[in-house]
Amino acid sequence: MKTQLFATCLVDTFFPETGEATVRLLRHFGMDVEFPKDQTCCGKPPNSAGYTYEAKEAARHFLSIFHGNAPIVIPSGSCASMIKLHYPEMFKNEPRMLEKAEAVAAATFELTQFLVHKLQAHRAGFAGNGKVTYHSSCQLTRELGVREEPLLLLKSVNGVEFLPLPNADRCCGFGGVFMAKLPEISIAIADEKAQAVAGTGADTIVGCDHGCLMNISDALKRQGNATQVKHIARFLAEGL
Amino acid sequence: MSKPKTSLDFRKNSVEALADTAMREAMRNSTAVFSGHREQGFSTVPDLESWRDRASDIRSRVLDNLSEYVDKFAANATSAGAVVYRAKDAEASRDIIAAILRDRGAKKVVKAKSMVSEEVYLNAHLEEQGVEVVETDLGEYIVQLAKERPSHILAPALHKNRRQIGELFAKHLGVDYTDDPEVLTKIARKVLRKKFLEAAAGISGANFAVADTGSIILFTNEGNGRMVTTLPRLHIAILTIEKIIPSLTDLSAFIRLLPRSATGQIHSSYMSIITGTRNPGEETGAEELHIVLLDNGRWDILAGECREILKCIRCGACMNVCPVYGSVGGHAYGSTYPGPMGIILTTMLEGMEKSHPLLDATTLCGVCADVCPVRVPLLKLLYTLRERRTKEGLVPSLERTAMAAFGLVVKSPTLFSWGQGMSRISWPLLSKIPGSETLERLPKPVKDTFRRRMS
Repeated sequence: MKTQLFATCLVDTFFPETGEATVRLLRHFGMDVEFPKDQTCCGKPPNSAGYTYEAKEAARHFLSIFHGNAPIVIPSGSCASMIKLHYPEMFKNEPRMLEKAEAVAAATFELTQFLVHKLQAHRAGFAGNGKVTYHSSCQLTRELGVREEPLLLLKSVNGVEFLPLPNADRCCGFGGVFMAKLPEISIAIADEKAQAVAGTGADTIVGCDHGCLMNISDALKRQGNATQVKHIARFLAEGL
Repeated sequence: MSKPKTSLDFRKNSVEALADTAMREAMRNSTAVFSGHREQGFSTVPDLESWRDRASDIRSRVLDNLSEYVDKFAANATSAGAVVYRAKDAEASRDIIAAILRDRGAKKVVKAKSMVSEEVYLNAHLEEQGVEVVETDLGEYIVQLAKERPSHILAPALHKNRRQIGELFAKHLGVDYTDDPEVLTKIARKVLRKKFLEAAAGISGANFAVADTGSIILFTNEGNGRMVTTLPRLHIAILTIEKIIPSLTDLSAFIRLLPRSATGQIHSSYMSIITGTRNPGEETGAEELHIVLLDNGRWDILAGECREILKCIRCGACMNVCPVYGSVGGHAYGSTYPGPMGIILTTMLEGMEKSHPLLDATTLCGVCADVCPVRVPLLKLLYTLRERRTKEGLVPSLERTAMAAFGLVVKSPTLFSWGQGMSRISWPLLSKIPGSETLERLPKPVKDTFRRRMS
């Protein structure tokens, strides 16, 4: 099956290894991965900040690059929710764009959604070791309703002990522009998350969104905590 | 009163709040307890989602026909013996209440907790007129002694710990210091009992007002609400027009949802249904009941894109779960109503110009919308108001410029990858720009971007 990979700007600019891990995972399960090279950003940052015009410019560009005829796989819950939920809302008064947005939204999958529902990757028997815990990011959990898929995948990894994170779906304090505009509160919220992570005794914290993971990683560092922070794509790909 | 905080200073307020370790500890304990209890409380409601649908539908129906329901409520309350007033704004409501008290020579008033009375600054106004106003909800009494405002719409003194309350009582009530909650409660009870007996009038709010019967409904836990509304011969209730529900039958949905959402209780300790004045032969009830129906901007909100905030039943669940509220407490918002519902309602009541920094006080995590018992689309409304703020130009010019640049770059893959390279080179410099310190907390852009690796 052909898939279109949207890497997201965070992966593209800061975490290319996560992009590569995503490609390896998809190929491992027999996917033909296409990386449309003209992709840029989905428009989530301006959309959250209240800049609808700029967000729409991003959406128009995205919709000119990606199509609804093959699954679009995204290693981020927040970008996937932008495309699946916010694009159709943005274009509700532009019938031609709406049609396109809805087709693309229907073809869009957050990575773990795709891995579990389309590839049954949780039955594949990944290998790994150590103790892992999981942060359930906001848009992934509450906007997309993806709660169980990452857990199914992590618990399926042979040799890994899964340790639940208390209040796993409580926000980490990243919030895009929030982190820049109210850094003190962002840090306070992230510190609580990092303390919760430390309390689990896990050696690795996994998540599906690099936005949260950057913020959690920063908080762990501040607390002198050596827990590793890893995107789920990398965590799983290492165990192929 | 210490200098009131304003919404415009939200960041400054929040930095101060974060440094207040006693407050932060109190907040951490209580919001966690509320949220835990909430989940427990709902575990006994198997068809929770259908009750939420029902409550949401009732609230929407009221808003769709508000004018009709207000008239109906007013007519039925009047036939039950109440005097009903319509107040356009805060000042009008204060004047009506002050005049009722003045005409009857009432100089001592006991009050049950009412956020609407906070919204119109009723106490300060009555005190200026020489009326002694005593809050009788324990938390509200504590903040009144401290000359503060409530930091939570349900638990006004949530930000205080028992040591602070002990000190406050010792200072103001002439008692020995203790931080034993039971002893403190007994002290307050003794003081307040005397106030109840002396009071010429009781002022309350209302959780709901029933159009069909003209009744007002109060959910309370301390019994003070019932005493305020039945012990003095004169009872004045102040409520905003959107508190109406069509009938007593509709109340069942809110009996299930309100206490559970608020504190996790299956039922609050008291629920009063007050219909008109004391009838001949009845032993309790006020002899005079005056109901002030306040608009204060509600009709304008109803006509706009944020009308659904008026579905809110003031349970406080959205603030109990909010990570921002939980970190900085209610006073940082500088508004009567804090937390997610407070951000929205304050923006609507006070206007964007006076409150726009509050729109930053959310990570858009959406947990508020998830717990709202009447399905107010809080997350959607926060997005809507951020969009409106941008349209109204109440954003920093640097941000506006950066976003405009984004709008150009995002359309051009060439510019986009050039931008990635530029950001990498200028990263050390960028993070030195005042206000961009956050960049130092992030990893640096890589040279070998994913798109390069894939080409």
